[in-house]
Amino acid sequence: MSRGIKALIRIPAKVVFVGGLFVLSACGHLGPQKNLYQALGGAKGVDAIVYELIVRIADDERVVDRFHNVDISRFKAGLETYICSVANGPCDYTGDSMQVVHAGHQYTDTEFNTIVQLLIEAMEAEGVPTVTQNRLLARLAPDYEAIVYQ
Amino acid sequence: MTVFRWTPSLLGVLLCVLSGSVLAQSEGSRLLATGAAASLEGASGGGIVPMAVLSGYGTREEQGGTLFGSLVQTDDYALSVIGGSWSWHNRLEVSLARQRLSHQPLSERLGVAPSSIEQRIFGAKVRLVGDLIYTPWPQVSLGVQHKQNEDFFVPAAAGARDDSGTDVYLSATKLVLAGLAGRNLLLNATARSTKANQLGLVGFGGDLNNEAEWMAEVSAGVFLNRHWLVGAEYRQKPDNLSFILEDDWRTAFVGWFPNKQVSLVAAWVDLGEVATFPDQTGWYLSLEGSF
Repeated sequence: MSRGIKALIRIPAKVVFVGGLFVLSACGHLGPQKNLYQALGGAKGVDAIVYELIVRIADDERVVDRFHNVDISRFKAGLETYICSVANGPCDYTGDSMQVVHAGHQYTDTEFNTIVQLLIEAMEAEGVPTVTQNRLLARLAPDYEAIVYQ
Repeated sequence: MTVFRWTPSLLGVLLCVLSGSVLAQSEGSRLLATGAAASLEGASGGGIVPMAVLSGYGTREEQGGTLFGSLVQTDDYALSVIGGSWSWHNRLEVSLARQRLSHQPLSERLGVAPSSIEQRIFGAKVRLVGDLIYTPWPQVSLGVQHKQNEDFFVPAAAGARDDSGTDVYLSATKLVLAGLAGRNLLLNATARSTKANQLGLVGFGGDLNNEAEWMAEVSAGVFLNRHWLVGAEYRQKPDNLSFILEDDWRTAFVGWFPNKQVSLVAAWVDLGEVATFPDQTGWYLSLEGSF
């Protein structure tokens, strides 16, 4: 191939990639951004996501043993309020901090990752868009240090 | 002895990857795509730049391995790589890679018989601090790659000083959740101390420089969703030989992670001038199986 033709091929590849990034970043600025809680579907949406998560926890041998003596309805209500609160919903999480809740249990990296994966699967099952999933995960991810091996 | 030489073949790798995946009894618990892909030198990362992440999906309590096969095809060269890795407790990764460079046009130009160069690479990488996703600071790892060039005739003729060398690198990698318009953004920077010419395929050191130098390598990508990653890489290269120029490398890639067993990366590559042949652009394809 001549250099001229190659130069033509070379430029579009770069332009397409950089152009793609601009299109992606532009999408985020179309109109006012929905509050994360609303994007998750409000109380009904969060309730459905947490329900789907608990169903998956019950079926996963890596984490299910940790829930044997847990009051599931209390856990469900607490987690819903916590998600509502970190997602800027109309709730105030007044329970113990993540550190206090998990202290002394020596939760493992495997268990934490498993819960995150099951949460992603629960959100996918509820049709939560990728962007909304990522925004919620971004707010929950810092809890890792308060939970794992504490 | 050529009969005993293991010629990398994509078909063989496909069989290994598929059988490995089928035999896998359990999968690691880290999130999809967090093991990245297999780089040309065997360490987990992108196509040409290693990352701080460790291969496979093992958490701090798990272990696992990978098998991979990769091909690079440019106008005048073809590089095939076959290899594997093992990662323990998301702390230590060891890897092996065997590269085979076919350079028939170069042999014709030089009037020499050998038309391929093989190289073996043993790699080790230790995660020092951080977690790719969960800590505010990046995951940082220190790695080494010991390279043994097994066909030193052509590299020696080009002026390379040694047939083996060891690269040392420090990588920092961070997945920024919702980092770009709500999509997850993958950022990686690597600093490498090396005297390898064209990965070591053209030997180590030369008449212009025979000392290890620090090179900068970067990669970045965006996850469209958790299965698809698009991005680009840039790798600075040394220039140790007066006889042949060596340019920096770059790629633009698409990675597909359908599940934790298999991943596929396709890329457009620009290797610049390689051993007297200018404008070596082409494509890259890599298949990896995790277990």
